[in-house]
Amino acid sequence: MSADPAPLREALSTHALNASYGDFRALRGIDFRLHAGEAVALIGANGSGKSTFMRTVCGLMPAAAGEVRLDGRPIGGLPAAEIVKRGVALVPEGRRLFASLSVEENLRLGAWTGRAGPWSLESVYALFPVLRERRAQAATSLSGGQQQMAAIGRALMSNPSVLLCDEISLGLAPIVVRDVYAALPRIRAQGCAVVIVEQDIAQALRVADRVYCLQEGRVALEGRPCDVTREQISLAYFGV
Amino acid sequence: MVEWINTILQGLLVGGLYALLATGLALSFGIMRIVNIAHGDFAVLAAYAAMVIVEPFGLHPLATLLIIVPAMAAFGYALQRYVLNRTVGHDIMPPLLATFGLSIIVQNLLLSVFSADTRSLRAGTLATDSLALGGQVAVGVLPLLEMSAAAAVIGSLWWLFRRTPVGGAMRATSDDPETVQLMGVDNHRIHALAMAMAMAAVAVGGIFLAMHTSLGPSDGSLRLLYAFEAVIIGGLGSLWGAMAGGMVLGVAQAIGHKLDPGWGTLAGHLAFLAVLVLRPDGLFPVRRSMR
Repeated sequence: MSADPAPLREALSTHALNASYGDFRALRGIDFRLHAGEAVALIGANGSGKSTFMRTVCGLMPAAAGEVRLDGRPIGGLPAAEIVKRGVALVPEGRRLFASLSVEENLRLGAWTGRAGPWSLESVYALFPVLRERRAQAATSLSGGQQQMAAIGRALMSNPSVLLCDEISLGLAPIVVRDVYAALPRIRAQGCAVVIVEQDIAQALRVADRVYCLQEGRVALEGRPCDVTREQISLAYFGV
Repeated sequence: MVEWINTILQGLLVGGLYALLATGLALSFGIMRIVNIAHGDFAVLAAYAAMVIVEPFGLHPLATLLIIVPAMAAFGYALQRYVLNRTVGHDIMPPLLATFGLSIIVQNLLLSVFSADTRSLRAGTLATDSLALGGQVAVGVLPLLEMSAAAAVIGSLWWLFRRTPVGGAMRATSDDPETVQLMGVDNHRIHALAMAMAMAAVAVGGIFLAMHTSLGPSDGSLRLLYAFEAVIIGGLGSLWGAMAGGMVLGVAQAIGHKLDPGWGTLAGHLAFLAVLVLRPDGLFPVRRSMR
């Protein structure tokens, strides 16, 4: 560890986090750290536990054991609605926009908690101008990329200190993925730490400050993109 | 000719009563995906509660609305919050069975407290007054009130769903009860609020029903059947559809009754069957919730 300037404040951390689906242990003791303002990519094969990790952190799934802390305070076991009030927002896999609601109604619902912060309807529209054009349309009438932008915007409306993005580019055309990622620096500039689940390893390494690779519910590799080698990643990704 | 106009008008207005009873059913299915088997019994329960307070306090039956509607709403909130929310999930059966049990409880409770005699809310001249529209066409004041109440209830629910944040949260909860929690919305509380609204609507329906006709403790099941028919004719989950369904049912029954006094009920069921065969999704099918 070399040139990190200021001491890093921990935004989100988990310690020995376990979660199960019935008998299947999906997470086996995950130790994870996210610093304030940092972007971390979570990679790993299908079924390695990435989505389960995200769902457990934001309270949609109960942890079987272990700790989740937000700004040093334990949040494990709280209901999802309470965790988002404290500043953790999830962009769920598959966007999960509300089909009965217009784009703008989706965004407004994102602000349900009333948390104060830089994000408002105006600033989200400034980040994704296409959403302003489509504001009155049904959310499900948007293209995949626009839906992803709406889902990210909806999550930002809660003014999170930690933004979790599950499968951010799944099913999107490369050019659309570029547009979605173009928003990332501006999101981080507002002081939001970001965790991204990404299938495209090259993309993950490009945007992240650090990367975690999960394998069968364990952290198989953790490090900064410049410090990990292709061989290490292959090994962590596929096992031996 | 005038007779037929009167018949159809009468049917349309009585449809308002069916719509009132169907609204709560459409609501609890639309938001919670609960098929509330006890819905008709709650209408009868509200009517009996109104009868209990109407005599000692010397109230007009319509004045009981001010007490019974909030009381039923509070009851609905508590019922959903502490009982039915425990049964709501991916499976439609547990809430179905729970409300089936509630139906039996309510019926037997009413039977043991009030005996099997039928009762009604005496509305005085209100039950028989009519309004002449000219040319021998006249409408009953009570049916007119029922239709107005239905329009007011459904209109205000529609406004709530379309124009208020909590209404948006309700539609979103109906779409995806898991993801709505990620917005910070307490989906259990939203469900309880929706049931409170459904119970308020059914209380209005029950009180008008008891002014319209006499009720026995076990008449809820029959009322449930009509309410179901109205909801399905209109299109599941659609509030204005429930209104239209109520009117279709009312008109069909009025026409049947006109042809032969014994055919009223039958004609209503036949209209329902015809809709099921010709437009199984109802007249106003909704793919999105609570339009």
